Amino acid sequence: MNDELSNPDIPVPDELQSTVTITSLDKIYNWGRRSSIWPMVFGLACCAIEMICTAASRFDIARFGMEVFRATPRQADLMIVSGTVTKKMVPQIVRLFNQMPEPKYVMAMGACASGGGPFKEGYNVVSGIDKFVPVDVYVPGCPPTPQALLHGLMKLQEKIDGQSLKSVRWYGQEASEAVPVPVLGPDLLDPRQHALLAQQAGQMPVNVDIEKDL
Amino acid sequence: MYGIGIIKGMGVTIKHLIDSFVDDMRFLGRRYYSDESLNIRQGTEGRGVFTVQYPDEKLPVPEQFRFIPFLLYETDDDGNKTDRCTSCGICAKVCPPQCIWIERSSDPETGRPIPAPTNFFIDIDICMNCGYCAEYCPFDAIKMDHDYELASYDRTEAHIFDKERLDKPVEYYASIRPNDYLVEENARAEEAAKKAAKKEAAAAKKAAKLAAKQASEQAAAD
Amino acid sequence: MVEKNGTEKEQDFNNPDNEVTSDHIIERFNGDISADTRDGYQGYIVSPDRFHEVAKVFRDELGYDYLSSVTGVDYIDDDHIEVVYHADKIVGGEGINFKVQVNRENPVVPTLVPIYPGADFQEREVFDMYGVHFEGHPNLRRILMWDGFDGYPLRKDWKEAYYEEDVKPFDTRWPGGQVKRSEADSPYGKNVSYPPDFDIDNWSPETDDSLYESLQKTDPKGKSLQTDSIVVNIGPQHPSTHGVFRMVVALDGETITDLQPVMGYLHRNHEKIGERNTFLQNMPYTDRLDYLASMGNNFGYALAVEKLMGVEVPERAQYIRVLMAELTRIANHMWAIGFLLNDLGAFQTPALYAIRARELILDVFEATAGSRMMCNYMRFGGLARDFPSQMRGEDTIKFIDDLVNNRLPQAIDELDHFLTENEIVRSRCIGVGVLSAEKAIAYSTAGPLLRASGVSYDLRRVDSYGIYDRFDFQIPTRSNGDVYDRYLIRVDEMRESAKICQQVMRDIPSEGEIFTGKPQYNFRVPAGESYGRVENPKGELGYYVVSNGKANPYRYHVRAPSFVNLTVLGELCKGHKVADAVVILGSIDIVLGEVDR
Repeated sequence: MNDELSNPDIPVPDELQSTVTITSLDKIYNWGRRSSIWPMVFGLACCAIEMICTAASRFDIARFGMEVFRATPRQADLMIVSGTVTKKMVPQIVRLFNQMPEPKYVMAMGACASGGGPFKEGYNVVSGIDKFVPVDVYVPGCPPTPQALLHGLMKLQEKIDGQSLKSVRWYGQEASEAVPVPVLGPDLLDPRQHALLAQQAGQMPVNVDIEKDL
Repeated sequence: MYGIGIIKGMGVTIKHLIDSFVDDMRFLGRRYYSDESLNIRQGTEGRGVFTVQYPDEKLPVPEQFRFIPFLLYETDDDGNKTDRCTSCGICAKVCPPQCIWIERSSDPETGRPIPAPTNFFIDIDICMNCGYCAEYCPFDAIKMDHDYELASYDRTEAHIFDKERLDKPVEYYASIRPNDYLVEENARAEEAAKKAAKKEAAAAKKAAKLAAKQASEQAAAD
Repeated sequence: MVEKNGTEKEQDFNNPDNEVTSDHIIERFNGDISADTRDGYQGYIVSPDRFHEVAKVFRDELGYDYLSSVTGVDYIDDDHIEVVYHADKIVGGEGINFKVQVNRENPVVPTLVPIYPGADFQEREVFDMYGVHFEGHPNLRRILMWDGFDGYPLRKDWKEAYYEEDVKPFDTRWPGGQVKRSEADSPYGKNVSYPPDFDIDNWSPETDDSLYESLQKTDPKGKSLQTDSIVVNIGPQHPSTHGVFRMVVALDGETITDLQPVMGYLHRNHEKIGERNTFLQNMPYTDRLDYLASMGNNFGYALAVEKLMGVEVPERAQYIRVLMAELTRIANHMWAIGFLLNDLGAFQTPALYAIRARELILDVFEATAGSRMMCNYMRFGGLARDFPSQMRGEDTIKFIDDLVNNRLPQAIDELDHFLTENEIVRSRCIGVGVLSAEKAIAYSTAGPLLRASGVSYDLRRVDSYGIYDRFDFQIPTRSNGDVYDRYLIRVDEMRESAKICQQVMRDIPSEGEIFTGKPQYNFRVPAGESYGRVENPKGELGYYVVSNGKANPYRYHVRAPSFVNLTVLGELCKGHKVADAVVILGSIDIVLGEVDR
C-alpha cells in the first residue's frame, strides 16, 4: 500500500513490515477523497482556458485523479470559479454551489474570482466570489498559469488532508444550509442583506454621495 | 467504402501512441526528471509524451515571464538595505487597474518629500500582470516576478502585498532575469560614467574659468 | 494625423458605372444629410427623419451592402447622443461612416434592422448602454445587462458603485497612497448601489416570461401528431456553450422552431473602464477581449490609435506583428476545431491534439511577450520588446523557424488527416446550419463564417493593414456555407497563415528598431475619431476610438466579431435538431470575453 498512508504513530513488528500497514480511518478517508477530486465543468472567462490547458496533455490533471470533469454539479466535488464573476452570472453560480453535494470545495482561480481583478471597478462585476460562497483556496494570477493552478489544487489536497472525520461538517448534526440565491433588481440584491436594504431604502446614499465619501 | 475515414483517423492516434515509445527508446533514461529532458520533450525535437510531471519537475518559465511585481533593494557591504524605489509614482500612474498604492516619505522636520517610499502596497487581487510598472519604471526598482506558486487559504490580509512582502534583493532579480539585469547594469554604469565625466568636465571648466578670471584680473591689475 | 476622407474619390474609382456620388446624395436629400466637418472626423451626419431612405440609398445605390459596426457616443457637453454606423462594400474599398444625432432626454432613431439585419444585436447594445430607442426594432430589450437594471451605464453622467474619479490615474494612489479595498466604502460591502426611491418590500423582480412568450412556436392545430411546444434553456452553465452563454430554444419535439441567444453573463464593462483608462492602459485590457487571440486584439487597437497619432512602425516590428497575428490565428483555429469536435461528441482526443499544437505557439508568446495568453505585446509605434535570444535551450529564431516550417504544418496536416474524411464528422456537419452568401452579408457576419459561404472578404486583402500587401497568400473560400465548410475553411486558413509565417521568417530584417521614439507612459492623442480594424481569427475586429485631445479616450468601442456573428445564430438553427444547435454554435466559434466585453 501507499507509503503516505502508513501511520508512523503505531509501531508495526519488523517481521510484518512488508505485509501489514496500519493506517487511521481519517487517513484513508482523506486519501481517497484527495486523490479523486472531481471538478465541475464550469468555465467563466479567460482562466477557464488555462484550466482546460491544465486538463490537457501537457499538464495532465489526470495525474492527480482530477480529470473527471463533471457536467452536473450533483456529481462534482470541486467548483473551480475560473474567471470574472459578473452580477448577471452570480445567481447561477450560487445555485450551482447549492446543488453540489457535501463535501464540496470551491477554488477561486485568478484575480477576478478572488477579488474582482482588473475589472473590479466595473458596474457588472462582483468583487470576489467569496462574497457569496465560501472559498477554500485562492489562486492569484491573471491568469494563473496551469502550473499555478496545479499548485492551488495541491494546496486543496493539503487542506483535505488536514480534515478529520470527527469534525467535518457534513457528518455533523446540522445539515449545511443553502446559500440564499441573489436576485437581479435595479442592482444585485443579496437576500441576506434584506434588512439592511429595507432600512436604508429611504436614505440610501446615491451614487453621487458615494463619490463624495471617497 | 464507409469507414475508411475513421480508420485513417485511428491511424493518427496509433501513430501518437507508437511515437511515445519510440522516443522513450531514443533518449533512454534521459527523457524524464532532468533539466535537459524537459528541453528534449518540449523543444523542436519533441515527439511522443509531452507531459510535464509537475511538481516533480517544473516547466521553466522564460526570462520575460511576468507574474506579480516585486520591489528591488540593494544591500551594501555593511548589510544596510536601500530601496531602489524613489517613490516617483510612475508605476502607480501607469498601472491600468490602479492596484498600486505608494506613500511617499517626508522629512519629519521640514515636511519636504524624500525620494523613498514609506509604504508600498499592491493588491494582487486586482493586479493584471501586465508588466507596465516594470516597463516604465525609470529606476529599475520594480520588476515582474517569476514565482507563481502563491495559492493561499485566505485573501483578506494575505493578498495585499506590503513593502516588506514585496521587497526582494537585487541578486534575486539577477538570478531570474540575467540578461535583462546585465543590460540594465551596463546602462547604469554607462550613465554613471557619463555623469562622472560631465561632472569632471564641469569642474575642469569651472577651474579653467576661474584660472582665466584670475589671469584676467592679474592682467588688469598689472 | 487623421486619414483623409477618401469616400468621394474612391466612389468613382470603384463603381465606374455608378453615377451616384456622395455629392449627389447630399444634394438629393437637401438638408437631411451633411458632411461631418468636425476636426478629425469624417463621414456624414444624417437627420433621423429620412434616415431609412438615406440608408437604403447607401446600400442599394452606393453599394455599401455590409454594415460592420453600430455604436453610440454620448456627447454630453453638446447635449446629444450620436449613433455611429460603419458600412463597407463587400467587394472591397474604403468604408463609409454615417451618424445620427439625437437629444439625450428622448433619443429615438429609426431602426436599420429591415435594411441591415446585422444591426439587430448592435442596436440592442446601444439601447442597453445609452437608452437610445430604436423605433421599429423587432425585439428591443436589454442585451448585456438584465431587464430591470437601473440606468444606462455608458452615459457620461452615470456612475457605478465603485466610482472614484472620471479618469485614471486616481489621486488616492500617490503620493499619499493608503491601501483600501473599494468594498470598505460601500454600506453593503459589495459593488452595488440602488436608486434612492428603491423599496425592496414593494418590488418584484423581472421575469423571463416575455422572452419565452416572444419565441416563435409551432401551431399544434392541423398536425397529425399532437405535440407540445416546449422552451428549453441551454446555458448559461452548459458544457457546450463555450462559456457563459445562454440559448433559449423553443422546441417542437426535437426540432428547433426558434432560438434566442441571451448574453451578458461575462459583461465586464470593457468600454466604461476603457473610457476611464488612458490610451496606453487599454492595451492589456484588449488582451482579455478575445482571450484566445490576444495578439490580434493588440494589433487592432494599436492600429486605431496609431491612426490618430500618426506614428510610423519600424520595419522589423511590422514583420513581428504579422508573425504574431498569424500564429494567433493558427492557435485560435486549432482551439476552434478541437472544441467543435468536442461538441460533436468526439470527446477530448481531437481537442488534445489541437491544444498540443497551440501550446507550442503559446511557448513563443510566453518567451517574447511574457505571458501565455495575456500578451500585452504591442505599443503605439511598435512593440514592447524583441525576441529573446534563447528558447528552450535553442536559438529563438531557429526555434520559430522550425515551428512554422515543420511542426505547425505537420500538426495541421495531421488534424486534416485525422478529421476531414471521418464519416461521422461528415454526416454530422454536411448540410447542417447552412448560411447563404446573401444572408451572410446581410447579417454582417465576418471571418470564417462569411468566407465559408463563398464571400471572399478578408480585411487583410480588401483593406490591407500593416505589411500584409507584401506577402503571397490566398483568401480561401468555400461555397456551401455549412458547418463542414466552416471547419474546412479553418484548416485552409491555418495553412495560409503558416505560409505567411514562413515568408515572415524568410524576409524579416535581422536587426533593427522595434519601437519608434522613446517609450512614454503619458501622452496626449490628437482629437478626432478613428476606426481601426483587423482580420482577427473570428472576423473583423474593429476599434472605434474618439479622442478629445486628452490622454484618455472619450469613447472606446469594440466591434467584436463573435458578438455580431451571433446575430445569425437563431436563423441558422431553425429547423435543425437540438443537438445540432450546439454544433452550429461551435462552428461559429465564439469567445464570451468578446461577445459580452
